[in-house]
Amino acid sequence: MDNRMNVADRDGQDQVAVAGAPSPALDDAPAKLRFRDDAPFESPIAPLADFLAGGNFAAVRLEPGDDARALLPHFGRLKLIEVAFPRFRDGRGYSSAAVLRQAGYTGELRAAGDVLVDQLGFMRRVGFDSFAPNAPLNLKVVQATLDRYRYVYMKAADGRTPVWALRHG
Amino acid sequence: MYRYDEYDQAIVDARVAEFKDQVSRRLRNEITEDQFKPLRLMNGLYLQLHAYMLRVAIPYGTLSGTQMRMLAHIARKYDRDYGHFTTRQNIQYNWIKLEQFADLLDDLSKVEMHAFQTSGNCIRNISSDQFAGAAADEIADPRPYAELLRQWSTLHPEFSFLPRKFKIAVIASDTDRAAIQLHDIGLQLRRDATGALGFRVYVGGGMGRTPVIGKVVRDFIPVGQYLSYCEAILRVYNRYGRRDNIYKARIKILVTELGIEEFARQVEAEWAGLAPLGLDAPPAEYERIIAQFGEPDYDRNAPDTLDLSDPDFALWVKQNVAAHKQPGYAIATISLKPRGGIPGDASSAQMDLIADLAERYAHDEIRVTHSQNLVLAHVRKADLYALWTALADADLATPNLDLVSDIIACPGMDYCTLANARSIPIAQKIAAKFEALDTQRDIGELKIKVSGCINGCGHHHAGHIGILGVDKKGEEAYQLLLGGSGAEDTSLAKILGPGFDENGIVDAVDKLIGFYRSARSAPDERFLDTYRRLGPAPFKEAVYG
Repeated sequence: MDNRMNVADRDGQDQVAVAGAPSPALDDAPAKLRFRDDAPFESPIAPLADFLAGGNFAAVRLEPGDDARALLPHFGRLKLIEVAFPRFRDGRGYSSAAVLRQAGYTGELRAAGDVLVDQLGFMRRVGFDSFAPNAPLNLKVVQATLDRYRYVYMKAADGRTPVWALRHG
Repeated sequence: MYRYDEYDQAIVDARVAEFKDQVSRRLRNEITEDQFKPLRLMNGLYLQLHAYMLRVAIPYGTLSGTQMRMLAHIARKYDRDYGHFTTRQNIQYNWIKLEQFADLLDDLSKVEMHAFQTSGNCIRNISSDQFAGAAADEIADPRPYAELLRQWSTLHPEFSFLPRKFKIAVIASDTDRAAIQLHDIGLQLRRDATGALGFRVYVGGGMGRTPVIGKVVRDFIPVGQYLSYCEAILRVYNRYGRRDNIYKARIKILVTELGIEEFARQVEAEWAGLAPLGLDAPPAEYERIIAQFGEPDYDRNAPDTLDLSDPDFALWVKQNVAAHKQPGYAIATISLKPRGGIPGDASSAQMDLIADLAERYAHDEIRVTHSQNLVLAHVRKADLYALWTALADADLATPNLDLVSDIIACPGMDYCTLANARSIPIAQKIAAKFEALDTQRDIGELKIKVSGCINGCGHHHAGHIGILGVDKKGEEAYQLLLGGSGAEDTSLAKILGPGFDENGIVDAVDKLIGFYRSARSAPDERFLDTYRRLGPAPFKEAVYG
């Protein structure tokens, strides 16, 4: 009984503590949440429909319900694909990223929106290489999260060697 | 049995460290409860009516004596001296304190155990046949393939935020002891015309609010490619499974809405892109894992005869002991359904004893069954009497496997926040009603399954008799369903008529059984077969007439 109340009680404080918390990481967050060496691309990001309608865009934004494969013929002119995560529980964006990398897209792939530190490890593995979270992330926690797993069980877009390959040289 | 190597252990250790860090950030309010919830669920931690419930993973239901002893230790140290074995071959503890959770995970990891992915919208613990490696009718031991699935699905980056939970079961016999057609993916190991090993793949089965029997999405996928094929299924599901309504989010809804042909077409198209990527483990990895599930060191001279002069022992052997593929050996099921007990519960002392007995008599292996019993899969016939004697002393030798008192029941309103009604007392009252073993044996195989709410954790849709607890204007009420099966002849139980109160449902079951005994065509015609032969009308008449 006690345990349950502990959590329930804290729920009320969350809003205050989190909303009012200082954001020391905010200033340098954008730079540290980009894992590419090329210069950041700054230009208007078109919704998928506008992009496909033929505007002269080099950046496009995919919503969770958009078909990432619609972009396959256009990789040549794309410098940035931003994948929206309106709610962190909606995992369609992970497959969007995996589909794009699998198809050979090498440009910037950004996860934007309700992007939380505990999702970053998964996101890096499916091929995201930059992040635009709604709320600032603590960079120490980010680093710890990304360094957490020395080994992985399965292949993914990040090219890491799965343990079955390590086991059998 | 599979043993961790340095890689497995490192991944478990990192996962434990990660969750400890997540808990401490939650306690410092750095993450909200809303953000924390999926993290704790993916580590097996539920919030129930009275306390946290922890579900510990028992991959494909197999564990060693050492691991069972640790489960007893956990029950003793962190809980109330008992644990509850579940329909997905895991174990649950109902009274966990969050502040002790980190120590608990450390204890588990010392014996190569954890609670990962036993909950949450991810690929859950893989289940399998409790007779794996011992059944005479299997193609091969299915567990190496379940283990490879375990590894592939552990922290899968693309599939950790699925529309809903995802359950996979693997078998290797035509006899289905794992209800594979009621799983999101069911895999049956088989050989094709050339003798090559592969899987028949069922998809879209499930119980819950909308029960559906799985359909064959591919009749044969070579064993060397089943991981990438599962990846293709999961990708189609992750992209297109419904997320607008939690009750329509399972893959069964997607498969039903698309139709199996269109779903299969999409999976095949996806797989065509995935197959060349080298996602499947190499043959050497299969061999490494298969070797760890090698035959136990059988006593080749073990006598194949059994002294059945003790009538109580003979009863137990007849009911709870199954044939083993190795002469001189047998498979013993330990009933966790004693008279007056709670289905699936075991005390710390019972778990310790079972650990000892497994080490002494059963090549140090224990299995959990989806019907909430335990199995010692490799017992010398010559040791059965000593085993039975020790089990009987601990109230673990009830000879009721598959009989009317071998009831599956979910925790129900005694524990669960979702429940509308209690399940455990219903199971207990029905079992008490048919207490006499002679009566139970006369009734024969009868699978009663009780769920305390529409989510169906008690598998009521798969019950020969299914009972579903509902809320009727603030009162507990019980619906009665007939004709379900979770075996190779999978069928879904149908509602017979209006519901009952607690005593009424017990009386109704009594009437059903009375009618069945008068109507069966032969003493060995099962309740289910009589129902299938006659249809619901005479059963309805017997209950409501």
